Amino acid sequence: MPGLEDLYREIILDHYRNPRNRGELAVPPAHRVEGFNPLCGDEIVVYLEVEDGAVTNVRIGGQGCSISQSSASMMTSAVKGRTVEEVRDLTRAFKAMMSIHETSLGGDDDVADEVPEVEVDLGDLEALRGVVKFPVRIKCATLSWNTLTQALDEAIADHS
Amino acid sequence: MALSLHDDLDTAAVRADFPVLAQPTRSGGPLVFLDSAASSQKPRQVLDAMTTFYETEFANVHRGVYGLAEMATARLEAARAAVARFIGAASAEEIIFTKNATEALNLVARSWGAANLGPDDAVVLSHLEHHANIVPWFQLQAERGFEIRWIPVGADGLLDLSTLDELLDGAKLLSVTAMSNVTGALPPIRQLTDAAHAAGALVCLDACQYVPHLACDLEALDVDFAAFSGHKMCGPTGIGVLWSRAELLDAMPPFLGGGGMILDVRLDGFTPDVAPAKFEAGTPPIAEAVGLHAAIDYLNAIGMERVRAHEVHLTEYTLRVLDERLGDRLTVHGPPEATERGGVFSLDLHGVHAHDVSQVLDEDGVCIRPGHHCAKPLMRVLGVNATARASVYIYNDESDVDALAASLERAADFFAF
Ligand SMILES: Cc1ncc(COP(=O)(O)O)c(C=O)c1O
Repeated sequence: MPGLEDLYREIILDHYRNPRNRGELAVPPAHRVEGFNPLCGDEIVVYLEVEDGAVTNVRIGGQGCSISQSSASMMTSAVKGRTVEEVRDLTRAFKAMMSIHETSLGGDDDVADEVPEVEVDLGDLEALRGVVKFPVRIKCATLSWNTLTQALDEAIADHS
Repeated sequence: MALSLHDDLDTAAVRADFPVLAQPTRSGGPLVFLDSAASSQKPRQVLDAMTTFYETEFANVHRGVYGLAEMATARLEAARAAVARFIGAASAEEIIFTKNATEALNLVARSWGAANLGPDDAVVLSHLEHHANIVPWFQLQAERGFEIRWIPVGADGLLDLSTLDELLDGAKLLSVTAMSNVTGALPPIRQLTDAAHAAGALVCLDACQYVPHLACDLEALDVDFAAFSGHKMCGPTGIGVLWSRAELLDAMPPFLGGGGMILDVRLDGFTPDVAPAKFEAGTPPIAEAVGLHAAIDYLNAIGMERVRAHEVHLTEYTLRVLDERLGDRLTVHGPPEATERGGVFSLDLHGVHAHDVSQVLDEDGVCIRPGHHCAKPLMRVLGVNATARASVYIYNDESDVDALAASLERAADFFAF
């Protein structure tokens, strides 16, 4: 049986207690997108600035559990300064890590074919791997990433 | 609320009737089941009644002339009569079987509401409501354009009735919960019905959390509609009840159309049957009705006064123990007095999200529910996104509350900065 230490790795608790890049950004130039976890009422707000094909700034607002908050915090650290393509690869890799169980639960619609095309180093995000052993928590971990994807799409649609 | 009994419920004997409570947990300890507000567990008596029915008496109901069909029909109608007696309805014909309370409330909206509500009308709801008593009214409002008004919740967690008369002025319906599924708050139903009737409004009661836990006497409550689900009162899933007075049901148009609800179907239209058949299109939940009947027999054998006395006692104990052991590390939302609430506790362990609380508790075999409990308007009033909700029933005792408190302490320590 997976134990709490599989889920709540030290680095996750650190990001929960000391979230990186929390706050807001001026809209515009930033894009603001809200994400909801209908299961538990958690809300996340992603502020995203994209310039010349790269993420120049990102901030997180809203409330949520340790898994959703730490996933969002690690996400901001991981995507800041990356090109849009790199962010998309990272998102695919992260969701692939979370996907097997989600699809087997009949859950998310959008994960099945999200196999990363390139090798991506997930870095600290690897710590969230244990979440898949707790299937109901997967949506907590993917909430900020789904919201980021939406913000990214909006930013790009805006630029073109 | 006057209590005729002190708590003399033999919870050990009750527990022995519920096979699931003897299941080993992942942690190896006993199952501490504190999620009955979502759905109760089922006693062996209910499971056996349904199995026996399927094994010896099952056929589709009505119209069949062979023995099995007659027997199944008799069982369905006996269940209807048992429900009527259990809630103090005037006759079995006033009991409509639905899929659940949600469908029963939708029936009120789609049948009575669609026939009676227009742009100049108002429906009064409260901030305590479950989405099942909110969304159907929004859906109908989009078509009919009536106004929706809200009774607020006061700082004490009870309904703030200071503006009740204004809210009811010109309203056609007051639809309120009889007990909050989030905080256990018990609104003063008779006071509400008196005020509503004085203003010319009917009263619809979401009795989902009430019927399983308190003796229900519709005549004393003087409501016009009541909805509840079988699965929260030791019965099976898949069956709910709408009760209304015969005159109202007679005047209401059918809800779902199909077999079973008609007197005649021609090439140019149909003639609906009378209630309750008028509102029961399609094959009804027959075995579920048999199970619900057994659940009612089970609760009656205990006695609803004894159920309530037990829960008041356990509520007092829970509020006291949580306060002693967690103090200001924990907020328990809702009314502070056990007599003003049911055994539902929405917990806010400071600094620890409800999901994380529930996760730690799960490791200790303690089953509670995190989330908004389908009451997002109330969550906003409480200023939270989610709570960790523990709820008690007849099979819970002080040891369950002790386990909850110990596990909450562990969660607080685990997430302490
Ligand atoms: C107060 C209240 N109303 C309505 C419902 C809806 O019940 P069901 O899901 O059985 O239709 C519930 C149960 O969650 C409830 O607690």
